[in-house]
Amino acid sequence: MLHVKADERRRIELTVNGRRRVGNAEPRMLLTDFLRHELQVFGVHVGCEHGVCGACTILRDGRAVRSCTQYAVQADGAEISTVEGLAHEGKLNVLQRAFARHHALQCGFCTAGILMSATHFLTTTPRPTEAQVRDMLSGHICRCTGYAPIVAAILDAAQAAGDT
Amino acid sequence: MKPARFDYYRAGSIADATGVLAELREDAAVLAGGLSLGPMLNLRLVRPRAVIDITRVPRLDTVELRNGSVATGAALTQADALESDVVRREIPLLALALPWVGHFQTRNRGTLGGSVAHADPSAEIPLCLVVSGGTIVLRSQRRERRVRAEKFFLGMLTTARQPDELVVGLEWPRAPADAGHAFEEVSQRHGDFAICAAACRIRLDGGDRIASLDLGLGGVESRPAPVDTAAFVGRPVDASMVQELGDQAVRPLAPLEDHVATADYRLALARVLISRVVHDAAADARTRRT
Repeated sequence: MLHVKADERRRIELTVNGRRRVGNAEPRMLLTDFLRHELQVFGVHVGCEHGVCGACTILRDGRAVRSCTQYAVQADGAEISTVEGLAHEGKLNVLQRAFARHHALQCGFCTAGILMSATHFLTTTPRPTEAQVRDMLSGHICRCTGYAPIVAAILDAAQAAGDT
Repeated sequence: MKPARFDYYRAGSIADATGVLAELREDAAVLAGGLSLGPMLNLRLVRPRAVIDITRVPRLDTVELRNGSVATGAALTQADALESDVVRREIPLLALALPWVGHFQTRNRGTLGGSVAHADPSAEIPLCLVVSGGTIVLRSQRRERRVRAEKFFLGMLTTARQPDELVVGLEWPRAPADAGHAFEEVSQRHGDFAICAAACRIRLDGGDRIASLDLGLGGVESRPAPVDTAAFVGRPVDASMVQELGDQAVRPLAPLEDHVATADYRLALARVLISRVVHDAAADARTRRT
């Protein structure tokens, strides 16, 4: 059984956006802080740090999850996707373009997390209803937009992905 | 907020976890999805000396259909439970309640066992387990024991789990084929803590009278509150019956009071939600009658 002492910094190896990355973390280090401070993945935003606001949402092994209520030591070997991995060769993807078109962000703080949730959500629910999108969005807090343009962008992205 | 320092144990088996629990007892906290313990650690509401991670214990996230019951592993995520055909078919009440548990993003990691071990008064999964007549399976180095849900939840964040015991799974009696179910909840936003939740399972006889009625309330008291329904067996489900049931159900309650809702408001909600779930469950039962 692996035992990491409280003040011991353990080497953590995981995959972030397809690249193998290595850093060190003591047990209490949040996965959020590990990604930002050790690996310089600054697209992972830190909001409430107790699982409520959704700003830190990432994909872990394909699923949208909070990164602030898990610890870096738990993520050894995991496959992580963050907002940095969405654009392809400098070009925004379908979902990101829909967000831009619909003005689905103002300050952008919540956006990275919402994009990751929507990415997973659209794989499980490729043709969502508005109610389903709103239900998924209930796991995020946005203080700028009033959510309406975010809902429109996600529905539009689903439509666009279905058409291609 | 950042947690205070803790030792980290990654259990590779149930025996690993119970071994650490036997040694450290109250000084160790069991971590699965981290949607309950994580916030408490980060806010320093708890400062355990050690955290035991059980998310990599093999076969702790299974759904198994046995003779009369469905066994769900402690580390089964709420999202996987919601997608399970066995859960939907055999534990319809849980399938109705799970969409109320947190959000898409939290259900992807939050577990059934974690919710039960944490025992928040407003939590949906403990309420469903009580109303279903389910059982919690506990393992320690000394023994394995089963505790009925009604005896397990003792109060606010307090259960019958001993300090050296690990919740390894839940056992849900298979719902009778003719039973109707309903789950309702009121919270500030969908996915927030329930101010009041109600869960119901009902069976009707050939004359549309109540053959059995299981009902419980969450979020009202410090633990899931089963409602005594014995006096209503044999009666039809109608407005006067539901009114009487509501009157009787709220009388013995000692409701919580907090910044979100007064005690009186919780009781008012309890009556409304009892009415809704009993009517809805009866309607569901009628569609299942052959």
